[in-house]
Parts: sequence; structure tokens; C-alpha cells
Amino acid sequence: MTLSRRQWLARFGAATTAFAAAGPGLSLARAPTERRLLVVMLRGAADGLALIPPYGEPTYPGLRGPLALPAPGSAGGIERIDGLFGVHPSAPWLAARFRERTALAVHAVATPYRARSHFDGQDVLESGSAGVAGLRSGWLNRTLVAFAPTTADRAVALATNTPLILQGDAPVLTWSPSRLPEQSEDTLQRLAALYAEDAFLADRLEQALEARSIAGAMEGRGRQQLKPTLRRAARFLQQPDGARIAFVDSGGWDTHANQGSVAGQFARHLTQLDAGLAGFASTLGALWKQTAVLVMTEFGRTVRVNGTRGTDHGTGAVALLVGGSVAGGRVLGDWPGLARANLYEGRDLKPTTDLRALIKTVLLDHLGVAEAATESTVFPASAAVRPLESVFI
Amino acid sequence: MQQRAIALNRFGLGARAAEWERASDPELWLRSQLTEFTKIDDGPTTAEILSDVLLLQRNARQTKRAEDREMFRRRLREHYQAQTLSRYQRAATTDAPFRERLVHFWSNHFAVSADKPPLAAIVGRYEDEVVRPHFLGRFADLLRAALQHPAMIYYLDNQQSIGPRSRAAQLSTRRRSNRPRGLNENLAREVLELHTLGVDGGYDQRDVQALAKMLTGWSTVSVREAERSDAKRLGSFQFRSATHEPGAQRLLGRRYAAPGIAQASNALEDLAVHPATATHLATKLARHFVDDRPDPALVTRLASSYLASSGELRSLYTALIESPEARRAEPKKYKSPHEFVISVHRALAHEPRNPRALTGTLATLGQPAFRPGSPAGWPDTVADWGGADALLKRIEWVGAAGRLVTGPADPRAVAEAALGPTLTMATRRAVERAGSRAQALTLLFASPEFLRR
Repeated sequence: MTLSRRQWLARFGAATTAFAAAGPGLSLARAPTERRLLVVMLRGAADGLALIPPYGEPTYPGLRGPLALPAPGSAGGIERIDGLFGVHPSAPWLAARFRERTALAVHAVATPYRARSHFDGQDVLESGSAGVAGLRSGWLNRTLVAFAPTTADRAVALATNTPLILQGDAPVLTWSPSRLPEQSEDTLQRLAALYAEDAFLADRLEQALEARSIAGAMEGRGRQQLKPTLRRAARFLQQPDGARIAFVDSGGWDTHANQGSVAGQFARHLTQLDAGLAGFASTLGALWKQTAVLVMTEFGRTVRVNGTRGTDHGTGAVALLVGGSVAGGRVLGDWPGLARANLYEGRDLKPTTDLRALIKTVLLDHLGVAEAATESTVFPASAAVRPLESVFI
Repeated sequence: MQQRAIALNRFGLGARAAEWERASDPELWLRSQLTEFTKIDDGPTTAEILSDVLLLQRNARQTKRAEDREMFRRRLREHYQAQTLSRYQRAATTDAPFRERLVHFWSNHFAVSADKPPLAAIVGRYEDEVVRPHFLGRFADLLRAALQHPAMIYYLDNQQSIGPRSRAAQLSTRRRSNRPRGLNENLAREVLELHTLGVDGGYDQRDVQALAKMLTGWSTVSVREAERSDAKRLGSFQFRSATHEPGAQRLLGRRYAAPGIAQASNALEDLAVHPATATHLATKLARHFVDDRPDPALVTRLASSYLASSGELRSLYTALIESPEARRAEPKKYKSPHEFVISVHRALAHEPRNPRALTGTLATLGQPAFRPGSPAGWPDTVADWGGADALLKRIEWVGAAGRLVTGPADPRAVAEAALGPTLTMATRRAVERAGSRAQALTLLFASPEFLRR
């Protein structure tokens, strides 16, 4: 009998295959991971039925009307994954990853949140709480706490301000391009002295200077756009003293009006994302094999088109996982179908998989976080949410 | 002196040298700012701007020529920069900074964002035309004014929302028009979630739809209509009975049967004085002025005074000024980039002059002017603004901000004027021992006590 990676981890409490190198006195669960993780959050509720369209559903063209995409094989058509699902034509890099079986999608996913506010939906997803108004820190930060990070086991947010997902006790780098002149070493030292009694500011100044020294090695000063931002994220993950986990935000997915199909608003954003991920992977080079990319959004959109050629806030969404050790080429999840009786509240794709199940799998099987931690501190009160099986090779 | 510092820095926008004298009775100084309203009269009105900008936009869409698109964008940029400059000049120089802070608070509460064209051309005028006339009056009037302003209607697509049983919808079905038209819930949802009840305010999806139906017809004058009748009204608010959903609607268990525009207006009146709205507004106000996590007793007190006055905003402000929680010496609030930039300008007695530099600064520090990017507006806690990169950006900017000083300002005097009795010994020493005037100002503006209020 061969044990699955998770069973093996659960039995031996080891974090990664690097455990043998860990010295005595060092808890194995705390061994630094060689793996890298990029989390991309699509803010505004990205339309899962446009990203990974269920073209094989007979009702798909009718329900989607002007937003329906041409069938696989036709000009500008959907890139086929299997007999039911495909990839939107504006994501050629992603489609190629599905062909080489390093990308997978989980359809009809949702957080525990069941209302339709972006802000609450994003808070629930980022905090990892079981309900609204739960936690004031983020699950990615608590993941780092569960690691008991060494310098390198930390995260970077490619942002000026720390997003909720990375707020919390573990130190986090934030970095974004600056056109301002740098302060002199002398002034910074004087400021550090001035912050001696103020732990909050002292910590932040130290972190900022560290992030800058890493970023300083990079060429040029880019603009705050998705493509260069994702390349920067790759650089942070590459540096030996950089970060293991990177977080990048992508906005503009709230397509209430004129969403478009092959071309248009949604397609433009997806093109940016796809090209950005391609650049991220190529920048990482050999490290790509040890990296996983999780793409997620706060909730889905309505199955039917609204009065303004767009879609409104829905429930079931899609999440993507891409990476060198992902057992991909598939769409996972329990597909509920688009029949009216099966829709959530008669309008949304019914959520059948808890998004936390996928995230837990990534934390357990990719990063090697201890299972007990994922059920208590990272995602409190989530023991009932079981991780997905055989997502990684 | 301590109470003066709180009035100037926590309630105001940052002390200026002359203000310590004016605020010798801090409570009176704050109250006096709630009595008068001066109309802002600089630059073209929303109607004047839109009647030009919307034509440029249509022209660019029709010709698809790059130079037409560029002309449209340039016009947006010009208006945006002029209005941003005017807003921050006023903030940097006003003698009624508490009043001005409240204006900023409410324009963020009813947030629209300049990243959606053509809003960039009118975001500043939205604040002047919606918030300034109403923020000292009844909340219901402020709410209605926001929802009837073209900026809000465009931002949340309400001009596209058509009642499914309205005359317009029936006509388009008969003509077999392939233009799909129907209800858009966007505005109604944000009214309930963000503007009035708050997300836990006890409404459900049916209430969202009922309010969306009541708000159908709250629209603007289109290009075609303006060409047919009055070109000057292009883009202005109008009620379209043809797209309004007929019939009574039920919201939060209450029936609204009035025809036309009165239906939604009546619903807004009731929403404005709903207890959940009172708690929502009180929480946000207390969070802004007192603490990221305001004391529930304070929130209850503010909400009760609001409800007792049937939704008079002035009663909220008065209760706030009188609250012991708001007068505690320890500063609980970490300044947002917007507040930080304004307070630096005030401390230096400098009026911003260069609109490109100003908009660039605010964007670099993480809070681009009038551009929160979401109808929820800017967040208001240290967790949102206290990041490491954000701190370093402030430090770098104040390093350059030393150049804003025109006269021979003595950094020690600037420190006294900005912080008064809250200036710590450590910061005073750091300023005195600095190697240059620019370094002294950097240490002052990046000091723990200047970053907080």
C-alpha cells in the first residue's frame, strides 16, 4: 500500500521531503519549505462560467445569450478541456497548461459566505472565517504563523497597503514600485532610533527596508499593472532571502454591464491575467516546478445575463490551480449543472465544493503545513471541510 | 492645551500655527464650525461639464479615432486635476477644518470613483453639490441628493436599469429589440449595504430587488434627448416614467404604493431613520474620529441622539464632540495617506499649487484622490493604512516635501505648531539635532505622534 502524501505527512508529522536535512531540536513541522506559492485574487467576483465555460451543457448557449462563447473547434472558440468544460479563448497560456496537465480548475466552489456583497465576500475569503465579521487577520498570514517562519518563509504582498489576507501576527513584506527619491541611510537610522519606543512603527520600518533591499536588485521601476507586478512577484520568490509566498490582487472583474464574450471587458482582463501568469512562470525558470499558483475570487456571477448585457453577483465560482506538481488537465468538483431546479436561489451556480477544501490541499500537500493547523488556526472550525484528494502528483 | 490638540489634530485636519489661539475654547471652536454653510462656487457645474464631456465621449466612440479619444481623455484629466487641486487647497487652508473633515467623511460614505469614465470629470463637483449643501442637515436629504447625482447614477449603472414591466420594457419586447434591457440591482444593493442599513441591517435579496424596482427611472438625460430638447441638460438627473416599474413594492415589510419618483423617495426617508442605519452611521463616524474599534457604548449614544432628532446629522456631530471617548489623550487613529498629506501641508502653511504633483503624491502614498475603486469607499483602520511599504513611501515623500517650504521656516517652530503639547521629548530632540532642515522635517512628519491623531 502506498500512502498518499497527506497520509504520510499526518503519520510522521513531517513538513516536506527536506525533513531529513533538518537538524536535531528543530521540529520537523517547522522545517522551511522549498515550495513556493502565488495567490492571485480576482476582486469583484470573476465569472466562472466565462473563465471555464461548461460548453457541453445543452442549455449553455441559450442561458448565456450574448455572452456565450463559440464551441471548441470554431474560430476563436473555447479551448477544450474535456467533453463538458473548456478554457476561455483569451487565456492561451492557461489552455496550454491544461493540455500539458499542469493546470486544474475546481468548479462550483464557494466560501461559506452566502450573500452577495463584494466586501463581505472578500473579507470572508481573505480572513478564512466561517462567517461574516469573524476574524481580523488573514489565512495566508496564519499559514505563516503555523510555519513559524524563518526569514525566508514569509510572504510578500505586491501592494502599498497590506491586504486582509496577509494581515496578522507574522511579518509580511509589502512592496510596490516607487518614483520617490530614496531617503539617506542617516535619516533612516535616526528614524529607527525615534521609533525605539514604538514597536509598531519600528517593525514596519525594518520590514520596508528589507523589502526595498530585495527589490533594489531588480531592474527598472515598473508601473502598477498586473503583468509587471506578477514578474516582480516571481523575483521575490526567486531571491534566497526573498519570500516563499506572494500575493497579488487583480481588479475589474465586476462585470455588471457589457461583459463581452470572445472580446470585451472580461476578455481584456483575462488576457492581462493570462499574459501575467505566463511572464511569472518564465521569470521563475527552474523554480516553476516547485511553485503552485492559486487563482480565486470571492464568489461567482449569475447564470443568466442581466438587462445590461452583464451578470450580477452570484454564488458558485471557479478556482484555478497551476503548477509544476499539480495533477492537472482536469476540472474537479461536483458539477451541479445549469438546470433551473439545480440553481442556487434560482439564479446562481449552486456551490458544491468549499473553496477552503482546495486551499487546504495546497497548504497540506504543497507547502507541508500540519493538518491540525489547517483545521484550527488557519481555517478555524473547519474540521468538517476535508481537503481534496490527489490534486498534486 | 491637550484638548486643543485633540480638537485641531483629531477633529480638524492638522494644526496650523495660528489655530492654537483660535481654538482656545476647543468645544466652542468645533461647534462654531457646524453652524454655517458656505456655498462652493469655483469652476463649472456638473451639468456644464457633462454637456461637454459626454459629447466628446460619444464622438470618440463613433469616429474611433485616436485623437478624438485622446481629446476626451485630456478633458477628463483637466477637470479631475482642477477639482483635486481645489479640494486639497481648501483642505490645506480652511479655517473650519472640522467641517471640511466631515465633508470628506460623507463623500467617502457615498463613494463614487474616478476610474470609471466620465466620472473623473465630476467627482469633485459631486462632493460640492451633494455633500456640502446637506451634511449639516437631514441624512435623508443627503441620501437623496447622492442618489440623484449623475455621478452616482453613472457609477452604479442606474440609468441602464429598466423595470421589467415598465412601458419601455414592453415596447422593446413588442419591437423584438435585441437589446436586452432589464433590472440592474447595483445601486439598490449598495444603498442598503453601504449607505443606509449596513450589511447586517436585516434585509434580504427580495428587499434589494424591491428597492431596485423603486429606483428604476432614476436616470440622466441622454445625448439623444439633449439634442432633441435642451442641450444644457445633457447628463443631468431626470426621472423617466417610461422605464419605472409600475405598482407597489414591499421593502422591509413596509408597502410603498406612491407612483413615480415619490415611491423611492418615501422608501429612502424610512431607510434614513431606520435603527440599523443609525447604528451603521454612528459606527462609521465613531471609527473615523475615535477608534478603529469604537466602544459600543459610544456607538449606542451616537445612534440614539441621531434617532431622537429624526435623522438630523448635526445631532450626531454634537454627541460626538461631547463624548468623553473622543477626548481621551491617547491617539487611537493612524492617519490615512489623504489625512497625512493634508496635515503636512497645513503644518508647513503651504498651499498645493501643482495638480500633477499632488495627484501623483496621493497615488504613490496609496490613496489616489477621488479614486477608492469601490462604492464602499476608502477603509478607515490602521490595518489598512499601516503597512511597511506605505510607511516608507511617506518617509520618502516628506523627504522631498521639505522643498515645499518657501520661507525660512524653523523646523522647531513647525514642530511646535503642528503638535503643541503632544510633541514628545524624543521627537523634539531628533528635530533639533537633525543635520539639515529637510532632515528635521522628515523626522517630524514621520514621528509617531505626527503619524497618528
